[in-house]
Amino acid sequence: MSEKKNGQVRIGVYICHCGANIADTVDVKAVAEYAATLPGVVIARDYKYMCSDPGQELIQQDIEEHQINRVVVAACSPSLHEHTFRGAAERAGLNPFFVQMVNIREHDSWVHTEREAATVKAKDLVRAAVQRVYFHKPLEKRRVPIHPEVLVVGGGIAGIHAALTVANSGKKVYLVEREATIGGHMAQYDKTFPTLDCAACILTPKMSAVKAHPNIVLWTYSEVVSVDGSVGDYKVVVKRKPRYIREDLCVGCLQCIDACVFKEPKFDDEFNLGLSKRKPIYIPFPQATPKVVVIDPEACIQLRTGKCKRSCLEACVERGAIDFEQKETYEEIHVGSIIIATGFKTFDPRRLPQYGYGRYPNVYTTLEVERLVNASGPTSGQVITRDGRVPKSVGIILCVGSRDENTNRWCSRVCCMTSLKLAHLIKEHTGAEVYIFYIDMRAAGKGYEEFYQRVLNEGVHFVRGRVAEITDWALDPSEEGKLVARVEDTNTGFVRRIPLDMVVLAVGLEPQFDAHEVQRMFGISCSLDGFFLEKHPKLAPAPTYTDGIFIAGLCHGPKDIPDTVMQAGYAAAEAIALADTGYFELEPNTAYVVEEECSGCKSCVPLCPYQAITFKEDKQKAFINEVLCKGCGTCVAACPSGSIRQNLFEDEEIFSEIEGVLAYA
Amino acid sequence: MSDKPKIAFYWCASCGGCEESIVDLAEDILEVAQAVDIVFWPVAMDVKRRDVEAMPDGSILATMVNGSIRTSEQEEMAYLLRRKSQILIAYGSCAHTGGVPSLANQFSREQILRYVYEEAPTVVNEEKVRPQPRHGHNGTAVTLPEFRALVRSLDQVVEVDYYLPGCPPTPKLLKQAVLALLSGELPPKGTVLAPDTAQCDGCPRRDTKPTDLKINEFKRPHWTQIDPNTCFLAQGIVCMGPATRSGCEAQCIKGNMPCTGCFGPTSRVRDQGAKILSALASSVNAREPEDIEKILDGIPDPVGTFYRYSLAKSLLRAKVTR
Repeated sequence: MSEKKNGQVRIGVYICHCGANIADTVDVKAVAEYAATLPGVVIARDYKYMCSDPGQELIQQDIEEHQINRVVVAACSPSLHEHTFRGAAERAGLNPFFVQMVNIREHDSWVHTEREAATVKAKDLVRAAVQRVYFHKPLEKRRVPIHPEVLVVGGGIAGIHAALTVANSGKKVYLVEREATIGGHMAQYDKTFPTLDCAACILTPKMSAVKAHPNIVLWTYSEVVSVDGSVGDYKVVVKRKPRYIREDLCVGCLQCIDACVFKEPKFDDEFNLGLSKRKPIYIPFPQATPKVVVIDPEACIQLRTGKCKRSCLEACVERGAIDFEQKETYEEIHVGSIIIATGFKTFDPRRLPQYGYGRYPNVYTTLEVERLVNASGPTSGQVITRDGRVPKSVGIILCVGSRDENTNRWCSRVCCMTSLKLAHLIKEHTGAEVYIFYIDMRAAGKGYEEFYQRVLNEGVHFVRGRVAEITDWALDPSEEGKLVARVEDTNTGFVRRIPLDMVVLAVGLEPQFDAHEVQRMFGISCSLDGFFLEKHPKLAPAPTYTDGIFIAGLCHGPKDIPDTVMQAGYAAAEAIALADTGYFELEPNTAYVVEEECSGCKSCVPLCPYQAITFKEDKQKAFINEVLCKGCGTCVAACPSGSIRQNLFEDEEIFSEIEGVLAYA
Repeated sequence: MSDKPKIAFYWCASCGGCEESIVDLAEDILEVAQAVDIVFWPVAMDVKRRDVEAMPDGSILATMVNGSIRTSEQEEMAYLLRRKSQILIAYGSCAHTGGVPSLANQFSREQILRYVYEEAPTVVNEEKVRPQPRHGHNGTAVTLPEFRALVRSLDQVVEVDYYLPGCPPTPKLLKQAVLALLSGELPPKGTVLAPDTAQCDGCPRRDTKPTDLKINEFKRPHWTQIDPNTCFLAQGIVCMGPATRSGCEAQCIKGNMPCTGCFGPTSRVRDQGAKILSALASSVNAREPEDIEKILDGIPDPVGTFYRYSLAKSLLRAKVTR
């Protein structure tokens, strides 16, 4: 098009073999020879590994010796190595945005088998890039400053660990937790596998540390309601729900609970999953942090009817911490980055009616049994069924809501180990015969296989087979008054009926019920299963596609405690690194309005998914905030007068690329 | 012959409106006629093709050709006038972007000929006679121009120096162009001789355009009582203004009719119809496919609405009917 105008362009083309990944399917030599014939191309080479140091040096050398000023690298996906090659160009003094990558691996050699056709395709793609790179302009990365404060959403072990790590680095952390206490699911567990140390013993010191930490602002019973802004400067509004207790005055003496007009606890205790009762004024569990009571407005007579003796108020008369007039409040904070650790929910086994959960009182979930075997649980650690018996035989069914086409396809990863642990604990507490019904036992992890062997040696029965149903229909006297598991033992080939006093369903782990709202509010993505999506499954498993937002723990997918803590620490490290750098480099592929061309039609304004476009009334022109712009191109496509342009995606770049890929070689 | 600069006008596939617009110069035409020699203008003067062929190449300062190119004759004249002229100006929408005639690019040559000569309700042609490029009649060969497969804009046939947009161009733009020609102060080659912003810039109704149109229904102008002070799009009436070059001084809008896009796109846009489509589609206030469908049903002829003047110059150019 404007070759005369742009006569100084000297293009270098580099074809990568990627070992055998590309070279086996694409004739890289032929592609390089072809590239050398294209207009503007000064040098075309092929090399075993372009991303290696010698490969990069090849480019740098050519830039210096042959005055190459445009670089086309035909290799893998730009998401993998664009950064690498831009860096190489920059080191040789060339603007990094004069580099264009061609993906002849994922888009070519990996998806084709026919060598000849794959080679033609590689040539087409290279030609497109050569024609495009011709029009590239030098661009500058811009920097935005980073607020050093960090928001952590969710106060389970992931959020706790991330908050402590960030706070220990000297940065201010806001930890927001929906429930009245931090601790999350881990606080409900009894022992942890494979070491059998008590969950509370290792968790509660960390909870206290959060409360005591000078750099942590802890907001429990609170929820994030809106998130604005972008990396470095997120404006977050947090709703603090009324707990009807003044947190600054309550010392956790719990006298108000004794004084409550309800003499006996009457309401389902959420922490014990309804296995015990609590009063309208309560503390979730003894080590709750902050150690502040909370009033359930649905249960409290005063809050419901306004007609109560308010004996709790008398008990607290000196401190005056009880405040029936408390209203929800909103706090606005500015943070540079956000760690999302909103956890999971367990599978509701009512969805699999054949297991009788909710129908037969002696069918439990693993989480309920955690509470049953816990010394401070509803039965003080005695394993007693709902009808008051000590079970003599217990069956644990694995993969309930996991690895199942009808419910969830994924493996929930922790159920095998949890079941082994519970089998051990139940045996220890009751001496019962314990059966584990499994599809595959998965005990990968440090010390996990050893623990599996230990439980095997303890005499737990392992039955390989998916249980067909749990029934109370006795076929012979030995089954009277019992639950019967009907199962095909696939190791022996027999269908068995196993009478049980107690059935435990190892329920799978699912995304939180409001994961989609959270995902939308924070502008992150979900994978197909509904868990939050990481930026890269291997190399960036805590960052997300939204800069400055990290994920940790089970909101990202099922994992055990050590993995959760590791990911939380990693997310914290990323947040600390971001804050310590002090700035964030923005990709320059943003859109901009050419002011004198804009007709002020406002078509673009409502389209921006990032609210980056404003309409300047004084000038009657649209304006794009480059910091908020993510370069999605929506406004560029929609601008009816073509007055919005996008760096690296200028019309002439795109059209010449299309023309290049469609031209015949 | 005088030494005055020589000017020519010619028409190809067009309605004749462009010719009238020259006359619309009114008394200014005398001024123009005084400053130049009009050497060729078939509508007004009896000059033959062979007279043009006899002129030295490049002897005409500027020729303004209106109309798009459909026949071999138009093609030949375009070549001829290109050769004879220093400056060739595509005059009006048809020469500029294909115009209304290029809407015929939705149909194949065969479809058009069959309909016009055989199937149209008013046609009686039992022998299915169709015009032939060559036909012997009483011992003489009679020829007709060839009917090409596509309608093209002038610059799809010959190199064009400038464009005067509009259906037709306004006398003001014509006068400015002639004055620029005479003074020799010409913009870079390829320029469209009109401002390069969209209609909304300077539209008297711009302030009434809401930020988010939220279109629930498309209304056709003849079905609607149009509020003369409110943005057409805000009233649910398709207005090509946002995607159309300004310079007409909002004549239609001042006449309480929406812009239909005759000035073509701005210089930055390759496809005017696609642009207004993506802008309007984003403003449709529905999410479910059936609701969207219902709203879009308000535009019975999308090609004729969004590409009324620009199909030949659009990225698609034509419907492939083979």
